[in-house]
Amino acid sequence: MIGISSTGRGARLALVAACLSLAVPLSAPAAPQRVVSINVCTDQLAMLIAGEGQLHAVSALARDPHSSAMVEEAEAYAVNHALAEEVFLMKPDLVLAGTFSSRATIDLLRTLGIAVEEFAPANSFDDVRGDILRIGALLGREARAAALAAELDAGLAALAAAPPRRRSVALYEANSYTAGKGTLADAIIGAAGLVNVAGEMGIVGGGRVPLEMLIVARPDMVATGFRDYDAPALAQENFVHPAFAALEARSQPVAVPVPNMICGAPFTLEAAFVLQRAAEQDKERP
Amino acid sequence: MSETARYRLLIAALATATLVLFLLSLTVGPAAIAFGDSIAALLGGKASEIGLIMREIRLPRAVLGLMIGATLGLSGAVLQGYLRNPLAEPGLLGISAMASLGAVLAIYSGLAAAFMLALPLAALAGAVLAVVVIQALAGGRGNSLIVILAGIAVSSFAGAMTSLALNLSPNPFAALEIMFWMLGSLTDRSMTHVWLAAPFILAGWAMLASLGRALDALTLGPETAASMGVDMRRVQFLAVFGTAASVGAATAVAGAIGFVGLVVPHILRPLVGARPSRLLLASALGGASVVLAADILVRLIAPSRDLKLGVLTAIVGAPFFLWLVFRARRRLA
Repeated sequence: MIGISSTGRGARLALVAACLSLAVPLSAPAAPQRVVSINVCTDQLAMLIAGEGQLHAVSALARDPHSSAMVEEAEAYAVNHALAEEVFLMKPDLVLAGTFSSRATIDLLRTLGIAVEEFAPANSFDDVRGDILRIGALLGREARAAALAAELDAGLAALAAAPPRRRSVALYEANSYTAGKGTLADAIIGAAGLVNVAGEMGIVGGGRVPLEMLIVARPDMVATGFRDYDAPALAQENFVHPAFAALEARSQPVAVPVPNMICGAPFTLEAAFVLQRAAEQDKERP
Repeated sequence: MSETARYRLLIAALATATLVLFLLSLTVGPAAIAFGDSIAALLGGKASEIGLIMREIRLPRAVLGLMIGATLGLSGAVLQGYLRNPLAEPGLLGISAMASLGAVLAIYSGLAAAFMLALPLAALAGAVLAVVVIQALAGGRGNSLIVILAGIAVSSFAGAMTSLALNLSPNPFAALEIMFWMLGSLTDRSMTHVWLAAPFILAGWAMLASLGRALDALTLGPETAASMGVDMRRVQFLAVFGTAASVGAATAVAGAIGFVGLVVPHILRPLVGARPSRLLLASALGGASVVLAADILVRLIAPSRDLKLGVLTAIVGAPFFLWLVFRARRRLA
């Protein structure tokens, strides 16, 4: 059912070889050999796409299990904190950044003569496919990127093959945050064949949903991610509010893998499969 | 009209305003529920969605707004009378900031999760510390300038330590919560918070309310007051611990809300005449009205933005504070 894990290591090596042999006779611009990524989303796409030794460093967030779906893979790379000085000293020939990365850092790196490519946050699966192919082109790894894009499309087709449940789901996170229309989370819920309550409420982008609005909306399912960050904070008090406990008792609680939903990649579909399975389970309940 | 009759009229007007605002606070919210339905659901006790919203979300919010506003108004009136300083107020003196620091240390160290009463107790300890430091620095004469300078020092220290404690927390959300602790909010508080804060707030009120006669005598100066049979040590104990218990518990559940304790007694003082004892009840009702009104506005202006209460109270309070400074400057000139 999941079936979206990345292709095997053997295939990856074969692709490296194929690309290297192709690149030389076509005299294409030389692919960068020392890439540094300073954004958690470009980190993960670069780790999926880059050839052996091509990616030097990823951001510290790539090793944070609350933000990254590829914590173990990130252990193999050096770590940066998106600071111009440390990135410069890594002598990269290409820096991958997010459009929300610090402007000062990016401007400084460009002034120092380093090529920086910026990526806007993916808000749809079309964005995800576009980002995969763009990184593939930048790294001279078009074949690997095309394979990942095909993997993404196969996953989307598998999701669409299941009959749509049209059940409503409310995504509810720490600080009462939710994701409305025009977000990747909304696209994930749509791909799972479900209705996003926050979108129906008219929320566009990420935003707070007041607890009483959530109760009035009567969602069939309530999806939450991390409820505990090892250390206490007020942000998680919404999960222990008596009114939220009462809401969860009336609807179907679902735990979703939040790191898979933050960035767009084939692994993002895992969250949609989790939601789709949960929606089916409820149907079987008497 | 006699002064007593005018005082009674003022109290009646303030009590009516507080009651109306309390009912409005119960019936205003992002989920548009008709007035009649909401009151029926609150009193009916059925397990409907509306009943759940009324009892678990709006009732604690309105009750906390009432209690916290009354606490700030009352403690401001007592502190201004006790320190004989027109600028005395829990926010400006750093009492709220130190209570915030105590609450932050209790919550983010995990102590409050293990032992619930640790939260109000730690906030109370912070508040006591602030009052003791201010009083030690200001001495008996209550020089305005020294009291305010000491308050600024205590406030900035407490703010910096709060920020440090939040920055050091491994929780990714903690650092952003500095906004809550410095500006205050009643969003999505629950009955748990009401039960946690209420005993301390009520005990603090009892202590502060008993000070009326002593504050009247204090207008003639501490020596005269002592000669009239006022036990100054008892007054000090009640003022310090009454403020610390009520402001500490209020801050522990809603963060530091500024300017209410400063503005409300100032506006009401000319209306009650020169007697500080009459100002206490009036300020408590006035403070409750102001915080309830601010909390209603927060919900009306930007329901999904989670505006902080301190933003609204500062928009009204800061220009008022400037006006006080301007008037003081003119008097000195």
